Amino acid sequence: MQDSSNFKISSLDSMRNLSLCACTLVTLFFCAATAHAQTYRAPRTADGKPNLGGIWQALNEAYWNIEGHAAAPGRVLALGAADAVAPGLGVVEGGAIPYLPEAAAKKKENFENRLTLDPEIKCYLPGVPRATYMPQPFQIIQSAKHIMIIHQYAAAVRTIYMDNQTEAPADSWMGWSNGRWEGETLVVDTTGFNDKTWFDRAGNFHSDALHVVERFTAADADHLNYEVTIEDPKVFSRPWKMSMPLYRRKEKNAQILEFRCVEFVEELIYGHLKKQTSK
Amino acid sequence: MKHRVSTSILLVFLMTSLALGQAKKWTPPRMADGHPDLQGFWTNNTYTPLERPRNVSKEFYTREEALELEKKAAVEESEQTLPGTVADVHYDFTQFSLDRNQSAHAVNLRTSLIVDPADGKLPPLTAEGQKRAAERAEVAKHVGRWDSAQSNDLDDRCIIFQGAGPPMLPQGYNSNYQIVQTPGYVMILFEMAHDTRIIPMDGRPHVARNIQQWTGDSRGHWEGDTLVIETTNFNGKNPLRGSSENLRVVERFTRVDAETIQYKFTVEDESTWTRPWTGEIPLRKTIGPLFEHACHEGNYGLYNTLVGARLEEKKAAEEASKKGGK
Repeated sequence: MQDSSNFKISSLDSMRNLSLCACTLVTLFFCAATAHAQTYRAPRTADGKPNLGGIWQALNEAYWNIEGHAAAPGRVLALGAADAVAPGLGVVEGGAIPYLPEAAAKKKENFENRLTLDPEIKCYLPGVPRATYMPQPFQIIQSAKHIMIIHQYAAAVRTIYMDNQTEAPADSWMGWSNGRWEGETLVVDTTGFNDKTWFDRAGNFHSDALHVVERFTAADADHLNYEVTIEDPKVFSRPWKMSMPLYRRKEKNAQILEFRCVEFVEELIYGHLKKQTSK
Repeated sequence: MKHRVSTSILLVFLMTSLALGQAKKWTPPRMADGHPDLQGFWTNNTYTPLERPRNVSKEFYTREEALELEKKAAVEESEQTLPGTVADVHYDFTQFSLDRNQSAHAVNLRTSLIVDPADGKLPPLTAEGQKRAAERAEVAKHVGRWDSAQSNDLDDRCIIFQGAGPPMLPQGYNSNYQIVQTPGYVMILFEMAHDTRIIPMDGRPHVARNIQQWTGDSRGHWEGDTLVIETTNFNGKNPLRGSSENLRVVERFTRVDAETIQYKFTVEDESTWTRPWTGEIPLRKTIGPLFEHACHEGNYGLYNTLVGARLEEKKAAEEASKKGGK
């Protein structure tokens, strides 16, 4: 029981209480504002889950280099400014990727030989998360059992299993993804990668021990917050994160078109094996 | 006596109408928006050829005939993998369950996938279609399949497989599809080379005529319980039995029972055929999931055959010069 004497407060106490009150109010206000930002409630699908469906695209320079980088000359002299590296602030939290010493050396080697080693140049499947921030859109088609991510680049496709979840049956380029909902957030856990994909055009790489956890959260009607945790004890000294917003493609009747790039790289890959025309 | 006969006729009639009623009464599972739920894993794997074989005149086989033909085909498929044979070098179909016989498939009593024209054959070519066919044949005479990557078949180049469609024709192996439906879209993922069709269902118009694609530009709508997909804007680089970029395909998907989607497609191309033609294939429910078919990434076959062709040419040239030298 409260003693009525508790209400007999000195004027000093009263002052303090007032300011405390004001502080609390301010805090409450901020809390409310933050809470509002974090708990944007996305429209729902028929099964009551946040509807992340739509055509999305990253709008940054991570495809050149996920680490912060200044503008730089490109890889192909003849392409001049068209192939020059667009500068970017980077999407890696903390700035630098925590490579193990040997891996750092390999990254450097990758960079030096990027014109021949980058799997993008051969139209190979981009892997995860690189597919997400390629400079082309992707579409999320969301059902209760399967959430599909279909990329325009190389028709790369991912099935995220929301039920019947199994371990990766074999290594693959795009990995094996199981998903779950944590409130407003779609959490995608992907393993079963091969060691052939990169993170960007700068030679940032991983091994077949890669484990990717992605978090997709609608920030508002037209933006997703995309956060990725990368774990690979063969290449990095600790798990690390990248994050970026994803933007809805707002064009009327936006659609994923074909970027069937195999055709564009045949001369590059097999040109030297052509029949020599006689004289 | 007369009374008994009419009773039995009535009984047969009742039973027949009961059976018909049951067949008609099967109602598909539905999505929240009321449309049939076509989702899941399906295969169009079949032994039925697109066109009716020359020695066959009827539309349907008996069940016994169909099973006998399948058995024969299965034996033929397994024979190409006898250990030590040259065919064994390519793929051991049976070992990896790639032969049709070991995969799920609907027993199809039809003698051809083509149901119209009634003879089960492609309609005659137009003059333009004939001219194009002749031109293509002429080009093919001067280009060897192994002369370059570009002169090889599209599927060996991992560019596109005939199962990608439309129309989605049986592939021989890996003829597996995954359908995912949302209120605004139907998605069909074809396992071979992870070819994915995203079909808008919102009635939007086609993309501009000059945007031409390998699999065209598809738009879908519902006609009762049938999903109808209309596709235009083909680039003509993957001709369907000689078709041109004026190809227009209309596909109809109807769930007819728990295990089957009836897939019907009509092909129109005035620059190629004198009339439209229609085919029908049952899509049978199969077991998922699909796996990543990273075709291009692992295309050692194309590389090795090109290397082999160049080596053979080199060897032939060396032998020729030896002979010339003597």
